[in-house]
Amino acid sequence: MDLKDLYRDVILDHNKRPRNFGVLAAPAIAAQGHNPLCGDQLTIYVDLDHGTIKEVRFEGSGCAISVASASMMTEAVKGLDAAAFAALHAQIHAVLTQHDAEVPATLGKLAALGGVREYPARVKCASLSWRTLEAAIAGAGTAVTTE
Amino acid sequence: MSIAPLYDLTAIRADFPILSRPIRGRPLVYLDNGASAQRPHAVINAERRYAEESHANVHRGVHTLSQRATDAFEGARERVRRFLNARSTREIIFTRGTTESINLVAQSYARPHLQPGDEILVTRLEHHANIVPWQLVCEATGARVVVVPINDRGEVDPEDVRRLLSPRTRLLGIAHVSNALGTILPVAEMIAIAHAAGVPVLVDGAQAVPHLTIDVQALDADFYAFSGHKLYGPDGIGVLYGRESLLAAMPPWQGGGDMILHVSFEGTTYNELPYKFEAGTPHMSGAVGLAAAIDYVEAIGLSKISAWEAILLTHATERLSRIEGLRFIGTAHHKAGLVSFVVDGIHPHDLGTILDERGVAIRTGHHCAMPAIATFKVPATARASFGLYNTLDEIDALADAVVYARDLFR
Repeated sequence: MDLKDLYRDVILDHNKRPRNFGVLAAPAIAAQGHNPLCGDQLTIYVDLDHGTIKEVRFEGSGCAISVASASMMTEAVKGLDAAAFAALHAQIHAVLTQHDAEVPATLGKLAALGGVREYPARVKCASLSWRTLEAAIAGAGTAVTTE
Repeated sequence: MSIAPLYDLTAIRADFPILSRPIRGRPLVYLDNGASAQRPHAVINAERRYAEESHANVHRGVHTLSQRATDAFEGARERVRRFLNARSTREIIFTRGTTESINLVAQSYARPHLQPGDEILVTRLEHHANIVPWQLVCEATGARVVVVPINDRGEVDPEDVRRLLSPRTRLLGIAHVSNALGTILPVAEMIAIAHAAGVPVLVDGAQAVPHLTIDVQALDADFYAFSGHKLYGPDGIGVLYGRESLLAAMPPWQGGGDMILHVSFEGTTYNELPYKFEAGTPHMSGAVGLAAAIDYVEAIGLSKISAWEAILLTHATERLSRIEGLRFIGTAHHKAGLVSFVVDGIHPHDLGTILDERGVAIRTGHHCAMPAIATFKVPATARASFGLYNTLDEIDALADAVVYARDLFR
């Protein structure tokens, strides 16, 4: 196992220069995610157009894995409807948690998250933004916590 | 470096079997002693010997093993009494750890006393274990928690305690050593100030007992809590020291076997101290292991241990302060052997993972002291906490690993 497997260049890049970082004004939906273990805290804003993700942004603070995961997610989910997002989320979840899961070529940049599964303590960091966006789309409006 | 402790560090390190186990193919550099310290053979063997030679239930049977177990358990209590210089073993209650000790005081001492509007005074640097138990009893009684501030070095000014004591203050709860910042608090002075106002004091000694000689009579503490596993002893065993006059007036906290003299459905009479507070079968092997840990650290000498840890702290402060972008969180003048820090551009959590890859174990996060950490406007810190077996080379390995991490993130 190599650290560069976890901290791939694309992850370090998205950590340093997170994309779609900022807020979206109402009527965008906001949902908060919190990882009490490490203090990661982020807010995901999403603009839905008849159930399709039109615009998505995030803000907050966290480790490189959580920031990069959120940043890459915002790039990947624009234009997806709820069902397509759920399918992608399921793929990411498998990549993060299943040792033998194939990393689908269709994931593109997101495949960089594949190193995380070798670090069980860091899976929650990578999944926080995804779970928070899921909550936002479901309109739960309640805070998401990893614990 | 030619600086060495006043004891044989090589021999001491050989006493701790885990220290020679490689981690991720590298020698282990264990700098998470503030979370839990490693155990020497003496502790591991004492627990095993108890299981192999003396185990039965305590205070119950007339048979030989029960008597042997009782002797071992009560012998451990006497060992703790001497360690803390308590007046009597009636003042030594075995618990699961510091957290349970504080909860016992919150539920059994504070809760029956508290009226709406009463106050429990704690400092901002407390561990959650010395915050949440008070919040729970305050919620139940209408009392409130009042917070003594800390300055930007992470120090508490005893004058702030004096200022915030009010006629409604029912208890002062203070850490002896801050787990997140390393600050050693002037507890004797704070206790004297509280006592002058008639307020009893609980001291959370979890981070102090591995580093400082504790004398509860000299401190004049009313309650003093600590855990075995931070003192190179077993987990799951801890101690509450309580002033006998206070303990005697407190109702039992948990009910069950061992804490009673007579039980009937018409009425039950409780056992004497300390058994009144020890319902159920206690952690006997844990107590025996704790006594062995106390023997171990006292054989080395706590003054020698703290002198060496002060050298480790100085070296760590010096090495780390040379790293560009590193900022210490907690810079008290009077500090125990730990450094809490943040590095520009790297989240502490990433730092922890990268250091682990190089065999260096540190703690990252809020250290169960969120208000203390929030004071410094950071969500988390990296914390390296030293023990009696750490070396200057290990501090160098820490500093080198931090530099490596910073470069990786450039």
